[in-house]
Amino acid sequence: MLRTRLACAFCGMLAVGLATDVMAQIEVDIQYIKQEVAPPPTLSNLDPIPDDLGLRGAELGLEENITTGRFLGQTYTLTVTDVPEGGDFAASVRAALASSDLLVIDAPMAQLLQAADLPEAADALLFNAGAADVALRADQCRAQVLHTVPSYAMKADALMQFFVARRWDEIALIAGDRSEDVAWADTLEHSARKFGLKFGARKTWAFDADMRRNASQEVPLFTQDLGDYDVLLVADAADDFARYISYNTWRPRPVAGSEGLRPVTWHRVVEAWGAAQLQSRFEDLAGRPMLDRDYAVWAAMRAIGEAVTRTGAADAQTLRSYMLSDAFELAGFKGRPLTFRTWNGQLRQPIPLVHERALVAQAPLEGFLHQRTELDTLGLDQPESGCTAYEN
Amino acid sequence: MKLPILATLSAALLSTTALADEIWVTNEKDDTISVIDIETLEVVRTFETGERPRGITFSKDYSVVYICASDSDAVQVMDPETGKILYDLPSGEDPEQFVLHPDNRHLYIANEDDAITTVVDTETRTVVAQIDVGIEPEGMAVSPDGKIAITTSETTNMAHWIDTETQTLFANTLVDSRPRHAEFVKEGTELWVSAEIGGTISIFDVATQTEKAKIDFEIDNIHPDRVQPVGFEFTNGDTHAFVALGPSNHIAVVNAETYEVEEYILVGRRVWHMDFNRDRSQLFTTNGVSGDVTVVDVASRKALKSIKVGRFPWGAAFRPTE
Repeated sequence: MLRTRLACAFCGMLAVGLATDVMAQIEVDIQYIKQEVAPPPTLSNLDPIPDDLGLRGAELGLEENITTGRFLGQTYTLTVTDVPEGGDFAASVRAALASSDLLVIDAPMAQLLQAADLPEAADALLFNAGAADVALRADQCRAQVLHTVPSYAMKADALMQFFVARRWDEIALIAGDRSEDVAWADTLEHSARKFGLKFGARKTWAFDADMRRNASQEVPLFTQDLGDYDVLLVADAADDFARYISYNTWRPRPVAGSEGLRPVTWHRVVEAWGAAQLQSRFEDLAGRPMLDRDYAVWAAMRAIGEAVTRTGAADAQTLRSYMLSDAFELAGFKGRPLTFRTWNGQLRQPIPLVHERALVAQAPLEGFLHQRTELDTLGLDQPESGCTAYEN
Repeated sequence: MKLPILATLSAALLSTTALADEIWVTNEKDDTISVIDIETLEVVRTFETGERPRGITFSKDYSVVYICASDSDAVQVMDPETGKILYDLPSGEDPEQFVLHPDNRHLYIANEDDAITTVVDTETRTVVAQIDVGIEPEGMAVSPDGKIAITTSETTNMAHWIDTETQTLFANTLVDSRPRHAEFVKEGTELWVSAEIGGTISIFDVATQTEKAKIDFEIDNIHPDRVQPVGFEFTNGDTHAFVALGPSNHIAVVNAETYEVEEYILVGRRVWHMDFNRDRSQLFTTNGVSGDVTVVDVASRKALKSIKVGRFPWGAAFRPTE
């Protein structure tokens, strides 16, 4: 277990003479815990996953919190815990909870639930910045967990809104055979039906002995019997085979999902709404573009910062109530204030639909209406969530 | 073939003698300025600038125009007669918006990427001071007596109050999310600050730096999330504020005495900043997404015309020509 503390070297100095409001000094320690997960082998190594994925988002969020805090007499520290594969995640969480009740967790669903269900975590506030599983927003929700990472359901709905708007009514799907692929594919299928699209063939991509040539040569053959469709969805969570599908399909059709048109939390092509500033701050810090995971971790850090700024408090319960109240809003560089759903703790947020070179659209798309906010056309709405932990 | 040359010449003469006041508009994604003739309501000249021009303001005597060329990391000084860039001022990194002190000499510049306000002496062309402010400083204002400068920071969500004598902060006041623009009004007794994501304008009593009122905006059939106040300007006597509401594509007319919204006027897409003509009877708004400028008749509160300019018009500044 590796622990590092990023202290604020200058904030003490800067606070002198700047904290004009007479406020009590508040110290906020945020624990960032990352479960290392070895990525499965993929056909291409062109896009390695950065080692500091997520961590850099935490660092940027910390910097921003520190800058704001220095005008208010509030100091922030970040403690980073990296849990190696096969490491004792629960022990790391327990250690973190011993010094702070504010945790940002970047881990798969199983570890997240393990953390949330620790008796020590009962009154803490946990941010899920890594697990997109729909169940965590539904029957597996936990009252002390807020989600800054969008769910698979939000991303799937974003894509379907685009298809409806473009009248790409008929959908086919190829999914990998790993459990994440199946979960992502199921969510896409469910969403397509919800939006009234015609869901046709669904095939599993298993690169087994029948496929002896390279992937791109197999694809035309593999997609020959999908029937007719307007758009081909690819569910490949590990980014294994999806990149070989575009332009190789039997029918000339656009590809979406894990390849082609992708619903993302964040991407370097997002530039509007002041995003260019966030992008360049991140690039300066990390020397690489800000990715999905970085954004989710950054948003958790900033949500804490925003709530501390507005309440002048640093305890988990005050912050949680404030974040779930009407008063809370996070400026997330996505063109609208971001808020938390009071029925499952999910951060409402627009979903950019991108290809590698440009933003194509941003959901919710115009015309998809909701009585509360159009952002609730994405993901689990109150009646369908099934989360009971939030009911009191 | 001398005739065409003569014709061109006389046309050129005509255009320089028939002087009309102008509105200068910076086009953020074209690296140009479009000059609108207020008589004809047409773009009559286009000048090239540095990269990503945003803030624009004339010197008090209108002899030069200052332009924030954000991606060139410079404040450019242009001769408004010729459109020639005379020289660059040191500006700190990524200058987005600025304000000229009433002394006509000091520019207060928001350095968006650096969390700094830079003060530049335009005569000696040197940086006089750099002041640490919150993240993404943007809105800039100076009180009419020149004693207070304001920087608003978009991500820190504050108005930072700068004592221009000492160039240090003497107060920091929280506002709603993403403050964008600030103006002193009513002879410097009030400070107005717009908050884009918060959807409000906060009004501060300048003497005590305390918030005395807050304005909300509400447009039928437009979700509050899309009603995002950005730039605003005041009519004669500071009786009314015209407030650009970003992606709601409307401007609001606010009674500056009662702080109540009297009307909403539909303009172009993602309306951002604005300026008036000489007698403040007409208002010119920059509409970033639709790439045009809407002309609004102030008395009737009606949009009169849209004028196509460059890509993503951002700032607007009035220039009298006599």
